Amino acid sequence: MFSIPIFQNVYITSSRFLVRYTRSLFSDNHYRVGIVGSGPAGFYTAQRLLKLNSNVRVDIIERLPTPFGLVRYGVAPDHPEVKNVITNFTNLLKDTRCRFYGNISVGTDISLSQLFTYYSAIVLAYGADSDRKLEIPGENAKGFLSARRFVGWYNGLPEDVSLDVDLSSQTAVIIGQGNVAIDVARILLTPTEQLEKTDICNHALLALRESKIQRVVLVGRRGPLQVAFTIKELRELLKLKQITTLLTKEDHDFLEPIISTLPRGRKRLIELLYKTSRQSLHTETSNKCLEISYLRSPTIINTNTEGKINSITFEVNKLQDHNSINTKAIGTGVYETIECGIAFRSIGYKSIPILESVPFDNIKHVIPNERGKVTHLDGTLYKGLYCSGWIKRGPVGVIASTMNDAYETAERVHEDLTADTLQSFNTDFKLSDLIPEGHRMVNYTDWSSLDTEEVSRGGESKPREKITSIQEMIRIMNNK
Amino acid sequence: MNPELGLDNYSQKGAKTVNITFIDRDGDTFKVAAKVGDTLLDVAKENDIDVEGACGGTLACSTCHLIFEKVDFDKIPETATDEELDLLEMAYGLTDTSRLVCQIDVTDEMEGIVLKIPTETRDARNL
Ligand SMILES: Cc1cc2nc3c(=O)[nH]c(=O)nc-3n(C[C@H](O)[C@H](O)[C@H](O)COP(=O)(O)OP(=O)(O)OC[C@H]3O[C@@H](n4cnc5c(N)ncnc54)[C@H](O)[C@@H]3O)c2cc1C
Ligand SMILES: NC(=O)c1ccc[n+]([C@@H]2O[C@H](COP(=O)([O-])OP(=O)(O)OC[C@H]3O[C@@H](n4cnc5c(N)ncnc54)[C@H](OP(=O)(O)O)[C@@H]3O)[C@@H](O)[C@H]2O)c1
Ligand code: FES
Repeated sequence: MFSIPIFQNVYITSSRFLVRYTRSLFSDNHYRVGIVGSGPAGFYTAQRLLKLNSNVRVDIIERLPTPFGLVRYGVAPDHPEVKNVITNFTNLLKDTRCRFYGNISVGTDISLSQLFTYYSAIVLAYGADSDRKLEIPGENAKGFLSARRFVGWYNGLPEDVSLDVDLSSQTAVIIGQGNVAIDVARILLTPTEQLEKTDICNHALLALRESKIQRVVLVGRRGPLQVAFTIKELRELLKLKQITTLLTKEDHDFLEPIISTLPRGRKRLIELLYKTSRQSLHTETSNKCLEISYLRSPTIINTNTEGKINSITFEVNKLQDHNSINTKAIGTGVYETIECGIAFRSIGYKSIPILESVPFDNIKHVIPNERGKVTHLDGTLYKGLYCSGWIKRGPVGVIASTMNDAYETAERVHEDLTADTLQSFNTDFKLSDLIPEGHRMVNYTDWSSLDTEEVSRGGESKPREKITSIQEMIRIMNNK
Repeated sequence: MNPELGLDNYSQKGAKTVNITFIDRDGDTFKVAAKVGDTLLDVAKENDIDVEGACGGTLACSTCHLIFEKVDFDKIPETATDEELDLLEMAYGLTDTSRLVCQIDVTDEMEGIVLKIPTETRDARNL
């Protein structure tokens, strides 16, 4: 860390080795880059910048006391391998040129102009903390949940752990056919003996043990050719023990002649859907089941007298072009309903503006940019301001694509640093200088102690038991 | 054993090695000695080449995606499994000679192969 005061540079001039060492660490002029958000975009921007430019120091500023963004609060608990990426991120936090400042919400606890007085460049990598709405009647009904918040609930995101999740009915409907929808379906259907060994939160595990859900219906507005989930996730769902996947044969008949003409990214997925739809099903078992249904757009969330969801009305759609991947759905004026006691809206995350002075595209819900450098709405470049990850490209893409995107942003920052268009500094500073006294910031050591506590609470069977209250997190950090 | 391999092709610890070239994002070329039997991801990591390998070789991330020359691609003894192909479809900059290198062991036949880190940003699923 950079806590050694800069005057040591003068103090130790008698040792040649130390002079060189301190120069490289505290070279008179260095650039400071402040990165807002500690998800994959934040970390990969930091990683690439530190590699490209030895004169850069990076601070990662995070709203929550915990780092890693959706790797901690999005990635499903039964995907521990995906979370191995945390090892690489942690190595970065151990680098003396990279600091973590948690529990600081940019836009609330600190303003952009304040940050600019201390940083050469700011990279906004704050992800997508909201989600898209259907804008249909009944959307606020009890039991109609945002998939994003449900994910936050089972993963222990402090603001979502008290979500009212009632699993006492037989049927759950999920609207949308992306990978988040698949995650939600899998968590609802996986036998809890398997989830017990994951880092799923205890409150969610207890609720899922009592769950009465037997049938999950995944409803898309377009057809099988246009599904947004990927083959790995579909295959995983199909392999679930004691779960039957029900695909209507007729929905998939038209696919056979076109499979061989599809591009590589689609061909095997559609082939798997097609083959699954041909299989005879073991309906005699008492299996739970997953149904995949197409060409249905929700129009009303219906409720009982207590305002609780009891069914969803869908309009039946047809496609402008059956055989095209990029085709549109058109309503036919025919309606049908599916009865259910709980339903999820899983139609995409959405980024929100957090800083008034930063341009925001209110249609695409991203920060306008040119290869990661923020642009004003008239297209001119915003000096010193960059964006990375989901806030830059929209809420699509796996960690690998977010990484590649973050590298592009880091390269853009490096270009400007090399061209010497950004301010450099010759003194050290701590972000705490900008934060009002009494506000508990979280550093890497604090996070490590919380991490250790969570791993220990996980006991023998779970990799960790997440602490879900910010107050409790802080208490643990203070006591260590 | 390949009789053409001289003593030079043994690393200090005695394990047999072959020469492999990596071309990184910046277009820089690195020629390294790769131990036969190690995975290509291990080789990249050991030599500090920027191959991320985020999931630690557990076939869950696709950040170990590298592009082979066509002739070299055909030298890989094991073709990709269904699981590797599934994940490869999510990789960016996917080509016909792409592989996930955490799944590939170095063999004698790999002497002289060239591997490129993809730089294209196109998402394979957005075709
Ligand atoms: C449910 C779900 C499951 C997924 N599973 C997988 C998977 O299995 N494999 C895979 O490869 N990809 C998966 N992804 C995709 C992957 O999570 C994303 O590609 C990636 O997390 C996007 O990175 P990001 O850094 O842009 O955003 P995020 O990961 O969301 O990080 C943004 C960070 O910014 C912080 N922040 C927000 N506002 C502020 C503020 N005002 N001040 C400071 N900090 C702020 C947030 O708290 C957060 O930590 C999944 C996504 C979701 C939604
Ligand atoms: N295991 C993993 O790797 C994993 C897990 C979770 C998430 N992720 C990634 O995270 C990203 C986000 O996933 P996501 O599932 O939130 O988004 P997504 O992949 O964009 O899927 C959104 C789904 O919602 C549908 N939809 C959108 N608007 C709708 C509307 N008004 N009415 C009905 N349906 C509507 C879309 O259908 P249309 O196509 O018709 O618009 C699509 O099926 C993806 O890139 C995903 O791959 C990865
Ligand atoms: S390292 Fe993750 S798939 Fe190879």
